[in-house]
Amino acid sequence: MTTPKIWIVGLATTVMIALMLLAETPSVAVAANDQPSGASADVKIDNFSFGPQTLTVSVGTTVVWTNRDDIPHTVISTDGVFKSKVRDTDEKFSYTFTKAGTYPYFCSVHPKMTGKVVVQ
Amino acid sequence: MTTKKHSLIDQRLQDLNDDGVDRRGFLKCMAWAGTGLVWTMSGGIPASRAFANVYGKHAGKGGDFSFVQISDSHIGFSKPANPDVTATLQTAINKINAMPQKPDFIIHTGDLSQLSKPSEFDTLDQALKGAAAKQIYFVPGEHDMLSDNGEEYLKRYGKGTKGSGWYSFDHKGVHFVALVNVANLKAGGMGSLGHEQLEWLGGDLKGRSASTPIVLFAHIPLWTIYPDWGWGTDDSEQALSYVKRFGSVTVLNGHIHQIMQKIEGKVSFHTAMSTAFPQPAPGTAPSAGPMKVPADQLQRVLGITDVNYLVSGSSLAIVDSPLGDSGSSASGSGRGGLAVVDSVFG
Repeated sequence: MTTPKIWIVGLATTVMIALMLLAETPSVAVAANDQPSGASADVKIDNFSFGPQTLTVSVGTTVVWTNRDDIPHTVISTDGVFKSKVRDTDEKFSYTFTKAGTYPYFCSVHPKMTGKVVVQ
Repeated sequence: MTTKKHSLIDQRLQDLNDDGVDRRGFLKCMAWAGTGLVWTMSGGIPASRAFANVYGKHAGKGGDFSFVQISDSHIGFSKPANPDVTATLQTAINKINAMPQKPDFIIHTGDLSQLSKPSEFDTLDQALKGAAAKQIYFVPGEHDMLSDNGEEYLKRYGKGTKGSGWYSFDHKGVHFVALVNVANLKAGGMGSLGHEQLEWLGGDLKGRSASTPIVLFAHIPLWTIYPDWGWGTDDSEQALSYVKRFGSVTVLNGHIHQIMQKIEGKVSFHTAMSTAFPQPAPGTAPSAGPMKVPADQLQRVLGITDVNYLVSGSSLAIVDSPLGDSGSSASGSGRGGLAVVDSVFG
């Protein structure tokens, strides 16, 4: 997560973000669509589900998926836009959304696991 | 084994057939079983007898044979639910090697590995080399197809198979079909066989005598156990339509790391325990992830499945045995059936 931190510090943004960085927060939580371009947002994989199942972000946002299960998962765009390798426990996958649209995705190992990223 | 116990087990099988999910009860049944039981079906009524009789009365008769199903070894898994899955696979192999009647072969119903890594497959191969039965038939689980569309799996275990690894073979008058329902899975779906494989299956079974006992095996159950967790196969109905005309069909699956069974007409469905870690009964946990049990209990929820084909009784018997002690439970299938015995380790 080094690169985003440097980038955000470069912006000299709010005290809150600075505090979060001091606390070694792995990534900055994003409250959806009011974020500037270049922000990041998290999807956690827990108990064979993506959370949040629908994530809304602004164009330019990097979404980071983290697998917190004991079982490997994948993050595969249903429309072939992005495709992770197998992610074992605590491994991450990230993708930066540069175009507005709706991006459905699923875990190809457990296809009942589905999610959606809405980019505005 | 007293009559009372028999009737309790009969009732338990009845309950299982009603709701298909009474795992706790089934484990109890295994604890009672001691030498195990063989279920046979007579006019649709399940009847049981001591497992020892299978060997005692019928062992050695021409054409009789048994094979063992193991499943879900997940070599490479090292989380608290079982930090040493190689050791428990070894226990399963030891149990197979100690069987009074040597099985003709072993089938492994998938999830050989945790992450499809060459080193994981190597470890599995090394362990299985110690099995007394040298012939081992495989089907892949979803964990074996994680990289390059299953290239590593197919390179090792897919010689002579079709598509993503399906094939069939005959053994002493029984026709075995190995199916793959873990490839090219679609968003929102469950297991899938796909059009090409279904066409092949139809052709493979065509022209065979209806009296030929059929054994289908695949990783994900070919009957819908719990759709919310993807425990089923979307297009299994078409596959099962091809076997309807046969007098005895046994369907053996893994994936759900626990024993479940259902008898529907002449088709007997059965899932095996894992050699690695248990999973929760459907809907009893937030997800189907590995279930942690106290270390001293682990071997009671891991196991192997012994399938016996008896020409004389024209039946197959299935016996599940835990890895840990002699406890086992059994179930039968339709006429001309197999006996399946599940054994837990502990």
